[in-house]
Amino acid sequence: MLKRRVRTVLVQQLQYEDVPLAKPTRTRKAASKPDLSQSDAEFALRSLQAEHEKAKRYSASDEQMLGFYEQMLLIRRFEEKAGQLYGLGLIGGFCHLYIGQEAVAVGLQSALAEGKDSVITGYRDHGHMLAYGIDPKVIMAELTGRQAGISKGKGGSMHMFSTEHKFYGGHGIVGAQVPLGAGLAFAHKYRDDGGICLAYFGDGAANQGQVYETFNMAALWNLPIVFVIENNGYAMGTAVKRSSAETEFYRRGTAFRIPGMDVNGMDVLEVRAAAEVAFAHVREGKGPVLMELNTYRYRGHSMSDPAKYRSREEVQEQRDHNDPIERLKKELAERGKNEDDLKAIDKAIRAKVADAADFAENSPEPDADELYTDVLVGSY
Amino acid sequence: MAVELKMPALSPTMEEGTLAKWLVKEGDTVAPGDILAEIETDKATMEFEAIDEGTVGQILVPEGTENVAVGTVIAMLSGEDDGDALTAPAPTAAASEPTPVAAPLAAPAKPATSAPKSDPEIPHGTNMATVTVRDALRDGMAEEMRRDERVFVMGEEVAEYQGAYKVTQGLLAEFGPKRVIDTPITEYGFAGIGTGAAMGGLRPIVEFMTFNFAMQAIDHIINSAAKTNYMSGGQMRCPVVFRGPNGAASRVGAQHSQNYGPWYASVPGLIVIAPYDSSDAKGLMKAAIRCDDPVVFLENELVYGRSFELPEMDDHVLPIGKARIMREGSDVTIVSYSIGVGLSLDAAEQLAAEGIEAEVIDLRTLRPLDKQAVLDSLMKTNRVVVAEEGWPTCSISSEIITLCMEDGFDDLDAPVLRVCNEDVPLPYAANLEKLALLNTAGIVAAVKKVCYRD
Repeated sequence: MLKRRVRTVLVQQLQYEDVPLAKPTRTRKAASKPDLSQSDAEFALRSLQAEHEKAKRYSASDEQMLGFYEQMLLIRRFEEKAGQLYGLGLIGGFCHLYIGQEAVAVGLQSALAEGKDSVITGYRDHGHMLAYGIDPKVIMAELTGRQAGISKGKGGSMHMFSTEHKFYGGHGIVGAQVPLGAGLAFAHKYRDDGGICLAYFGDGAANQGQVYETFNMAALWNLPIVFVIENNGYAMGTAVKRSSAETEFYRRGTAFRIPGMDVNGMDVLEVRAAAEVAFAHVREGKGPVLMELNTYRYRGHSMSDPAKYRSREEVQEQRDHNDPIERLKKELAERGKNEDDLKAIDKAIRAKVADAADFAENSPEPDADELYTDVLVGSY
Repeated sequence: MAVELKMPALSPTMEEGTLAKWLVKEGDTVAPGDILAEIETDKATMEFEAIDEGTVGQILVPEGTENVAVGTVIAMLSGEDDGDALTAPAPTAAASEPTPVAAPLAAPAKPATSAPKSDPEIPHGTNMATVTVRDALRDGMAEEMRRDERVFVMGEEVAEYQGAYKVTQGLLAEFGPKRVIDTPITEYGFAGIGTGAAMGGLRPIVEFMTFNFAMQAIDHIINSAAKTNYMSGGQMRCPVVFRGPNGAASRVGAQHSQNYGPWYASVPGLIVIAPYDSSDAKGLMKAAIRCDDPVVFLENELVYGRSFELPEMDDHVLPIGKARIMREGSDVTIVSYSIGVGLSLDAAEQLAAEGIEAEVIDLRTLRPLDKQAVLDSLMKTNRVVVAEEGWPTCSISSEIITLCMEDGFDDLDAPVLRVCNEDVPLPYAANLEKLALLNTAGIVAAVKKVCYRD
């Protein structure tokens, strides 16, 4: 179910590389139309993919590997705890868990310069915040709607921000974060501060019109942005093939001359390697990149998910054979990390998450006066 | 440490459900993520997963049990370090309700609204220039762009074309293409980019060729720009100005003729400004650009070419949230904004000839409304008419009438009347268009009615 048809993809890739994207100029063109044949030859949808294929997995030091492992494990344990607290009625409303997709946020964001580069995402945002080093306590306290939450309890699961970390949300309207992210990239370029923006969205959001409006302007203005489609296979309960005419999302920037990358989002080292290629391209001022991260969400879309649109076997298959944390754990063991050390990490993370949950459960709700604060910045 | 597995809630409203099926049995070893049971409600089925690893101990609620209350202990799970503490300490029927720390029940204190500041004094001897509204808006933007590097303008045809209505004329030549940016015709996209740039610390002015097209972008104006400061607990500022012509132009038909003032003025988190003359256009434009909150700045195409006096000052900035008395009067108050102000002033002249002295108030800012200015005038004249170039239903007029009812009832000598556009899409035919729009005759008639003079 996940990525599928490796051979077919490779064949298509060759075809894409060999054939210029527009037909060569034949005879007369409208006078106002520039001759694109030259730039068409230079532009290859798969140029970055070819670069990625050369060194598909990042060669991480032992220390980096452990760091990735800890971060992914923190996200998973945090999300499991959030699910549990939801079940106990301590978290209300919508709560979208990131379990299964951990390698995406960790692999990509580990390659960013925190404090310089900005990150923006949709409503499934807990993992991206944790991957950017934001304290689990204030995230969990936001989920439980407490004063100590990162948004003082006024945002909830879908609306969390940390301008300090250059994490710009946490947006509840599907696809809205894409032009907002391009605006953040615009600000990086305008100020010439060397930063780039990483804008995440899902395979569902990839069908929103504003995404393509943004692709057009981001490419036109050469904005320093990486568009990341986290393709977890389902837009809520609608499988990709039932909602999308072009299911290879990395191709969707082609009409805007945005190079695409097709990345295994279940292997943190592949994600990180792809990030190196994509970010270097953007940092060199070559304009946006579109990355498709193929991943899988183990849990439902949100907490009340009927689990009827896919089989239990499909989910189990991913868990058993494709889990990003288990994969890394195995590699760590192969590198000689002993079982006890890994157990100690697990234990420390559990304790950290338990602390966050205790904090979130025992912090007071927002003061009633907070109802009226933060509506406007100024007083008029 | 043995863990109690409790009946989970599928949604915030779920109180009980059916434990449809156990997928594990006592003594099974489970890892986090393993599915333990299926829970059903009338709405959905959910798989209940293990959070911790361990061994399944006593199953306390057998499968098939209906009406299991949320929070009931349904099984025990032993941790890896445990001995055999696998039985429940005591069978609990239903776990106690989660008890979040209760919020104080006292009514929250509403922040006192600060008294609106008054317009700055114009120093004696200041030269008054005659300037069109169009140029006043442009000059306001240009001055702020000179003052603050973060300010830039984006929109359709703002740069090389010099503005579809020439409001941005000359800005490209002075500030260059980095700060005066032609966008493709893609309102949703560029409104989002402008909003994001504001979140990223810039001060964008986003021009809509007309506010009719901003409907394509209203999601970003409301959901992204207006709400983010609140949703972030005050962390995320969004100092963006959305500006452009609003309301009916001339003979452009229903899709290009609409007043969005009431739409935006209903949204907490937005500032909504709708100036009438050149002085207010410039002074409030400068205030809007300096404002830390998102501003919707509603101009009017039919007023762009009108000339008014404008004080020649170094820094002409006016307060947001402050209405202006355009004409003093003692018999009746006419409340209006934007193009309606001109019609109201004309009506006041006609009424004066008939011995009725009308006070004309220009609201200038639609959100936050200068309620006190309206109530003070009502206290003086005891009669109010609202004149609005826009539909009557759920309008600024509705709001002013509510204000007079709620806070000025004792001062009223007559019901408040409103004069608005007809409640129809704006027709194209010249005669029908004229019939549909706010006009002086209608205002005069309404004033006479509240003065019991007809």
